Amino acid sequence: MTTIKPKIASNRSDSSMKNESRGKLIIVEGIDGSGKSTQIHLLEKWLAYKGISVFKSEWNSSEMVKEITSKGKKKGLLTPTTFSLLHATDFADRYERNISPLLRAGHFVLADRYVYTAFARDIVRGCNPEWVKKVYDFAIKPDVAFYFKVPVDIAVDRILIGRPKLKYYEAGMDMNLSNDQYESYRIFQGRIIEQYDSLAESEGFTIIDGTMNIEEQQNIVRKKIMPLLDHQTSKTRIRR
Amino acid sequence: MARTKYKDLGKKTVEFYGQGIKNLQDIEIKGRLIVIEGPDASGRSTQIQEITTRLEADGHAVLNTGLKRSELVGRGILEAKRDYNLGRKTLALYYAADFADQFEYKIIPALQAGYIVLADRYIYTLIARNLVRGLDRTWCHNLYGFAIKPDIVFYLDVEPSVLIHRVFQKNSTLDHYESGADIGLSEDMYESFLIYQKRISQEFHAMQKKYGLIPINGNRTVQEIHNDLQKRIDIFLQRIGHQ
Repeated sequence: MTTIKPKIASNRSDSSMKNESRGKLIIVEGIDGSGKSTQIHLLEKWLAYKGISVFKSEWNSSEMVKEITSKGKKKGLLTPTTFSLLHATDFADRYERNISPLLRAGHFVLADRYVYTAFARDIVRGCNPEWVKKVYDFAIKPDVAFYFKVPVDIAVDRILIGRPKLKYYEAGMDMNLSNDQYESYRIFQGRIIEQYDSLAESEGFTIIDGTMNIEEQQNIVRKKIMPLLDHQTSKTRIRR
Repeated sequence: MARTKYKDLGKKTVEFYGQGIKNLQDIEIKGRLIVIEGPDASGRSTQIQEITTRLEADGHAVLNTGLKRSELVGRGILEAKRDYNLGRKTLALYYAADFADQFEYKIIPALQAGYIVLADRYIYTLIARNLVRGLDRTWCHNLYGFAIKPDIVFYLDVEPSVLIHRVFQKNSTLDHYESGADIGLSEDMYESFLIYQKRISQEFHAMQKKYGLIPINGNRTVQEIHNDLQKRIDIFLQRIGHQ
């Protein structure tokens, strides 16, 4: 056997993607209880009402990874590194199968949490910030990234008002912040906010005051999205 | 050659490929990490068995580790491989998580306790597989920035045309993934295997300098390869003893 096919110089989908026409990626970040999901929901409804093809991608685990993470979580086996890599696996699966193809097909993709959630959480857990960012550097930069900024007590009170049962890692119990799960959760969320705040400038977040009225916030969101829209609708019109 | 026995390998600090892991930055290890890389059916496990026997006879505590054996995701990986819809980056990260689990829970503690860790493959196989599947070289390297540099890494270099016979002696069928059947190299499984293994081998040669891999001619008999490996390991351990 001597015929060996020539090596393909580059078959990277990520590099080719930059040159192609693509959809728009809009993401929201903020801690639980910051109101970001309400805002992205309203944005989705508005875009759909305007006849724009829009897809929402949530920060939920795929079945495959859920099985493994839940096993690891139950056993308390996860280290910051494995926790980070398993969630990166999960994100990559969603990115490769869902977000990336949708964008390449020219759709609007709204993501409730994106790589910044992983950055903030992993860095708080003690992963090296440079490393985490490199692991996720295959993910395309969003067209707009909204950060819903809310003082930790307001957001945490919104979540804890019903005294929900928090999961071990969700409450940050693995970091020995406090023996009380609610106190641990509060400290953990406070640290996540610190990370978001430090990412805000370098990543170009559009910061929205999450203590304002829902309508006021939505107004700012829509104003910010408007310029992307003109482009999209004109293109759609040409296609027809 | 007279066999000299060493009770103590001496302490050393660890060096990472990248930023490393926070709580391992300043650790001292008393053991040593020896890696044997090579494709499936290249005779790695036989060699590792023989070397383990010898090292234990010399009074060293030895721990064998390999890929795909972590408690965390070991079983899941096998299931995931059956799902060929998985993206390349997803699979790459999945393997990295599996490796990290073994690295933190098995390799590091054993090294701290003074074991010689004989690793049946390390990050290089994982990187080579990713590269053959078209992932970015820098990304693959950075991904494993948490791993420490082994003390010595051997690579069993076997001609694909020789390798295929060993595969048949071992399994009688070709493995889907190890034949690169997931990346559409050829309709013909036999040809696909040869192309895939050739590419893996090329990636190993390309990595040789950067990672200091020592190529070992794996086309020889088990005994010949063993003599070669054992001699190199003896010299390595002897050098430590004199320091």
